[in-house]
Amino acid sequence: MKHKKFNLILSFIKGNRKNYLLSIIFMILATVTSLINPLIIKLAIDSIIDNKKVDLSGVLLTLYHNIGGRDYLIGNLWVLGIILILISLLNGIFSFYSKKHIALVSEKTAKNMRNKLYNHIQYLSYSYHTKVDTGDLIQRCTSDLEKIRSFLSQQFMEIIRAFTLVVSALLIMLSLNVKLSLVSFIVTPIIIFVAFKFFKYIKIKFKETDEAESAMTTILQENLSSMRIVRAFAKQDYEIDKFISASTKFKNTDFTVSKLMAWYWGITDLICDIQIGSILILGTFWAAQNLLSVGTLIAFIAYAQNMIWPIRNLGRVLADLGKASVSLNRIYEIFNEEGEEIDLETGLKPDIEGDIVFNNVSFEYEKNKPVLNNISFSVKKGQTVAILGGTGAGKTTLVNLIVRLFDVKSGYITIDGINIKDINRKWLREKIGIVLQEPFLFSRSIKENITFSNYSASDTRIKDVCKMASIYDVILGFDKGFDTMVGEKGVTLSGGQKQRVAIARTLLNKNKILIFDDSLSAVDVQTDAFIRERLKKNLSKTTTFIISHRISTLMQADLILVMEKGEITQQGTHKTLINEVGLYKEVFDIQSSFTKGGVSNA
Amino acid sequence: MHEEIEEYKNGFNKNLWKKVLTYLLKHLKYLLFLLGCLTLLAGLDALTPLLTKYAIDTYIETNSTNNLAWFILVYFAIIGTKAVSVFGLIYFAETLFVEVSHNIRIDAFKKLQKLSFTYYDKNTVGSLITRVTSDTWSLTSIISWGLVDLIWGSLTIITVTILMFILNVKVTLSLLGVIPLLLIVSILFQKKILKSTREARKYNSAITSSFNEGIQGATTTKTLVRENKNLQEFDIKTERLKSSAIKIAILSALFFPIVSAIGILGTSLALWSGGVMVFGGIITIGTLSAFIAYTQLFFFPINDMARIFANFQMAQAAGERVFTLLEAGIDIHDNEKVLLKYGLVKPSDPVSKLEGFIEFKHVSFQYKDGEKVLDDFNLKVKKGETIAIVGETGSGKTTIVNLACRFYEPTSGQILIDGKDYKDIPLMNIQGNLGYMLQNPHLFSGTIEDNIIYGNLNATKEQVKSVSKLVNAHEFISNFKDGYNHKLSKGGGGLSTGQKQLVCIARAIIANPSIFILDEATSSVDTHTEKAIQDAIGAVIKGRTSFVIAHRLSTIRKADRILLLDKGKIVEEGTHEDLIKKKDRYYKLYTSQFLEEQELEILK
Repeated sequence: MKHKKFNLILSFIKGNRKNYLLSIIFMILATVTSLINPLIIKLAIDSIIDNKKVDLSGVLLTLYHNIGGRDYLIGNLWVLGIILILISLLNGIFSFYSKKHIALVSEKTAKNMRNKLYNHIQYLSYSYHTKVDTGDLIQRCTSDLEKIRSFLSQQFMEIIRAFTLVVSALLIMLSLNVKLSLVSFIVTPIIIFVAFKFFKYIKIKFKETDEAESAMTTILQENLSSMRIVRAFAKQDYEIDKFISASTKFKNTDFTVSKLMAWYWGITDLICDIQIGSILILGTFWAAQNLLSVGTLIAFIAYAQNMIWPIRNLGRVLADLGKASVSLNRIYEIFNEEGEEIDLETGLKPDIEGDIVFNNVSFEYEKNKPVLNNISFSVKKGQTVAILGGTGAGKTTLVNLIVRLFDVKSGYITIDGINIKDINRKWLREKIGIVLQEPFLFSRSIKENITFSNYSASDTRIKDVCKMASIYDVILGFDKGFDTMVGEKGVTLSGGQKQRVAIARTLLNKNKILIFDDSLSAVDVQTDAFIRERLKKNLSKTTTFIISHRISTLMQADLILVMEKGEITQQGTHKTLINEVGLYKEVFDIQSSFTKGGVSNA
Repeated sequence: MHEEIEEYKNGFNKNLWKKVLTYLLKHLKYLLFLLGCLTLLAGLDALTPLLTKYAIDTYIETNSTNNLAWFILVYFAIIGTKAVSVFGLIYFAETLFVEVSHNIRIDAFKKLQKLSFTYYDKNTVGSLITRVTSDTWSLTSIISWGLVDLIWGSLTIITVTILMFILNVKVTLSLLGVIPLLLIVSILFQKKILKSTREARKYNSAITSSFNEGIQGATTTKTLVRENKNLQEFDIKTERLKSSAIKIAILSALFFPIVSAIGILGTSLALWSGGVMVFGGIITIGTLSAFIAYTQLFFFPINDMARIFANFQMAQAAGERVFTLLEAGIDIHDNEKVLLKYGLVKPSDPVSKLEGFIEFKHVSFQYKDGEKVLDDFNLKVKKGETIAIVGETGSGKTTIVNLACRFYEPTSGQILIDGKDYKDIPLMNIQGNLGYMLQNPHLFSGTIEDNIIYGNLNATKEQVKSVSKLVNAHEFISNFKDGYNHKLSKGGGGLSTGQKQLVCIARAIIANPSIFILDEATSSVDTHTEKAIQDAIGAVIKGRTSFVIAHRLSTIRKADRILLLDKGKIVEEGTHEDLIKKKDRYYKLYTSQFLEEQELEILK
């Protein structure tokens, strides 16, 4: 399992590995160069200002003498100044490139992750989407993804930097003075350990704070969403007391965490100061006995001070490693779900005419809970099929099978004689238009929503489908007409208006097969009849499925299917079904009693 | 998911900071302790290099370790004090932070309870929550920590500069020479970084919205075969964010090396001029080493200043959002006459009962920047009468009810309750006499009992039980293991929609309102619960002045009078029997709806 997750990260970084490597190399170079300056200062203090023997060897020693040695430098200390500046420039350049490359890597990787995640989610199956907790999924795409990005760019580099720093500094210090080096490093492991333990402990406390904050926010959110209730029951004071209590609880848990942080920083500051103090005092003691030079002492103090921050941070970074791992896990789970991409390219792409046959089709969501049982019927191209049934009868599932939102468990469905399992999914869906029961509109203009499946549709075509769906005049009635924004940031359409926009959207491409899943339920009876009239005129050659409970609709179909509990209990035309005892007749009887003018008592 | 429209004003908002100061001053004690710790810490930090100087000059140069023990003691005393002041610093800064956040949150919440519905029409629930929680957090955390950084930084800079001057004027001056350059570079960079940060935040928000939409519309995407196009559009957004984020990273990556190079320049100047002086015997090596340490101590807060000011700017933006809430005007409140007569009537004050006569007299109303919804609307309601209001969306049903509750006030005309203009009655008195049921049942997290006694906090357990029995809720409540103490989750989770509705009705009954408002649910539940709800509604409206925005025929038929509205006008009025006989619009509405209800009944 770990192996697979590691591969996942690698796949994200793909194409950026060179940058990653460069970043690490530059980081190491930058760290090492940052350690040179104290040595130069030491040189200045010990060998130039004072008159001790020069502590160089090899190339550097030759260089030193070539410049003119102490004699020259005494009067020209600015040379050392220039060298300091040059080295820090070098450090700066290395540091810049390291950060630049890591930024390139992490942002490209983040973009890669986001795109891959988005794409995969689109392809995840219909059943996945009906079961998933959308809030949780979004959190994974945003904050978990961010945690991984942050780890790759910051925390990982922190670990490398701290490690390089400690190793290089240790080596340099050992070469200067062994005894003082040992003194300088006594405290290091203690600090890392203390930091690590502390941050592990404080995670629990953070969780308590999170929960208290969540409880407080819930009260706020409930209060704001139920403002009418609060006012109508005059419970403002009660709500205020509730909120004060929750806010106080949050404040107190937050403060507990803060107190702990205060202890942490106070204690670790003390430990670090003791570290530096030890170097200073022992160093002074030994220097007073000429066992080491002033320059060396100053250099050691500089090194110690340089290391404090990265080392303290290391403890925290290590404790946070757990977080990144959890986030990786959560994202991995999404990729582990199979999506429809796997058969993206496979399947036939035949021309569709519209003969549809269901042959003993059965389907179940979970084992032993069948939703459809032995569904069989046959439709010729151009015919209209109407489906009647109560909630849970299986009507939506039946039509969803036609567009392969699900695949059948047993039996088969054919279109023009070809088993739809053998037809390419996307091709199939392009050829079949379906208006879902609860239409979803995107946060864009009405025009963009209608042309969603084909942005290059002509304005005349758009006008035609809107007129067919009886929504044209309504759209023109809006301030910005077709450019009116819909969705969260825009106008809220009524249920009926949404349905009509969805119908227009589906009609755009003149599909040979059309499915209307209760698509006119929110529209009043007259508009319903009106729309269907138009549809009949324009879609005479289209195989149409209509799910409805309005007899006026059902009556006109070439084939009526009555469904109960996942099975077809009646099948036929209006003429045959009104002579059968069953659901169809019952519903029809109510309608006719009305059109005869009577008002029965309810 | 909403997008914050952030208007960034560059520049110093004096008024805002004055108000922030008033909040800080409420905790003067902590503020003073904090300042004390900061001063102590800055002072001690500034002294530390002198210790090195002392050690070098006194012991090393003289090769003597006499009195080293004293030095050790002094050193440890200093670092001990330092540790205590660090502890104190964080302790008091955090105390200020949590206390001030708490205060602001509470004030914001209190304000929200008073703001009228026109404010809620303009601001989404999401944005209000953000203001009370995360904006307040941003404001206070930047203030408390920004203040700490600012004060420590300034104190350090001042102390260090003074000490350096004391040590040696010439060397100090050569150090100070680089400051103007440093400040210019800092400010330039921070401005650019801030701009890119805001951009990146906007792009990030857009990506989150895309994810949200992609997830919610996944099935639609499949049926319209839009996967590729969606990905293309998404890629544009992620590309934008990537460029922006890289820009920020590169700017920051450039900033640090540049400012530290400038800092090193200063150090070099110090080293050069200082080194020269050591030769001239003007300063000691110890002094020189102190200077070197001081340069580091000095440049750190200077480099930080630009970042601190950038943070204050972000705090200002957050602060402005919070304070516009805290200072928003309250539209609907008791006028002076009422305040003089009744004093300040609070929500929790005992209610003086109203009879329930309501009259709309030539009432016109329009929502802010909207069209007129009601025009010269007239209606007289007798005490105890049940009025059913029917009509299409936008015909004015909800408006009438909103006006009756005084959630909004008429733009012209009067509304009288018990014969008095209702603006002359204390607002809390009116709302204390109301009972309300929304289309979607609203319950709170808490126990079932808590939710029921929300209608009357003084109700006894017996009263709760009897009310529950009246609405047929007692049975299902008792079926829970902890009965009335059964805890509901957010929004009343744990109960079915039908059960929630029954609890809401129980709540309304126990409040014993003089005026009851019911905005009937359109969704259907199972027949058994439907009947229970219908019976319960009957129990509530009996003998009580009620307004019902009705969708169910059985509810409409219970009314004493039915109003059919169209575009803000009453087009038909009367009892159910009267209107049916007319065979006009009501009749048409009734028959088609009746038909539909019957069909759905059969199909269940």
